[in-house]
Amino acid sequence: MTEEHWVDPEIVRPYVVTRGRTAPVHGKFDLISMAVSVGPPPGPEAGLDPEHHSILRLCREPKSVAEIAAHLDLPAGTIRVLLGDLFDRELVSAQEPQSEVDMRDMKMYRAVLDGLRSL
Amino acid sequence: MVFDRSDRPRLPTAIKILIAGGFGAGKTTLVGAVSETRPLRTEEVLTDRGVGVDDLSSVEAKRTTTVAMDFGRITLGDEYVLYLFGTPGQERFWFVWDELAEGSLGAVILADTRRLADCFPSVDYFERRGTPFVVAVNCFDGAPTFEVDEVRLALQLDPSVPIILCDARRRHSSREVLITLVKHSARLRAEPVG
Repeated sequence: MTEEHWVDPEIVRPYVVTRGRTAPVHGKFDLISMAVSVGPPPGPEAGLDPEHHSILRLCREPKSVAEIAAHLDLPAGTIRVLLGDLFDRELVSAQEPQSEVDMRDMKMYRAVLDGLRSL
Repeated sequence: MVFDRSDRPRLPTAIKILIAGGFGAGKTTLVGAVSETRPLRTEEVLTDRGVGVDDLSSVEAKRTTTVAMDFGRITLGDEYVLYLFGTPGQERFWFVWDELAEGSLGAVILADTRRLADCFPSVDYFERRGTPFVVAVNCFDGAPTFEVDEVRLALQLDPSVPIILCDARRRHSSREVLITLVKHSARLRAEPVG
């Protein structure tokens, strides 16, 4: 093998951040699944990693998986794993988009049109 | 933070629209023109087999690829957040498109009249998938100008597919493109709106 992927920081950092995990313990987060922090910020006794704390700070206002990934400069897959940890500890509330948006819902289309027109 | 009466966080509903088109057609420009912040970038780490997205468990045996997607956010009141995702250009990333297209409101295909054929893969993809889409012809300076009917003919589009001329750099123009798509999607999936 001529290519040494293990030394590629693009790959290694996300892998280390999740301690090798590739699937979240809870939830199936889409790129636009929204998450928001719940309750006061946990202290050091919670045993969370810096990235977990960064997510909690970022999600004081609702953010999508894609936004969290962009702000933390980590791949979306890594964010899904970390969000799963936080969701498991009830430190974030998260919503999956598919179950929420009904593409036949006229109310949704009106709200989107009104919002766009007022831009 | 937003709380409802039961003191539990209330989350807005996220909606996504895809911005497709060939390389250099102005996808990120359009996203930036209408979004509330500069376009953001998110990455998915993929294997070369196109399966097991995000699966790094046997990373040493596979070549990995990072697919970057530019996107923007438009907050629509308290209830909805609209995300605009620029689709990754290469066709070998179709499976990323599948994730993006799933549950989307629809797609804008940006066309550059200098390279109209670049739109074919996107048109085919959304037609096959049944995703509502509109074609927005980005009017670059110095690019050949076409009538809407000529573009329709060249792309072999169904008469029901809206085609609009736009300037992706301009907020107002890009907003009109999105409004056209939302109305079209509503017509196909819900009831007509004014």
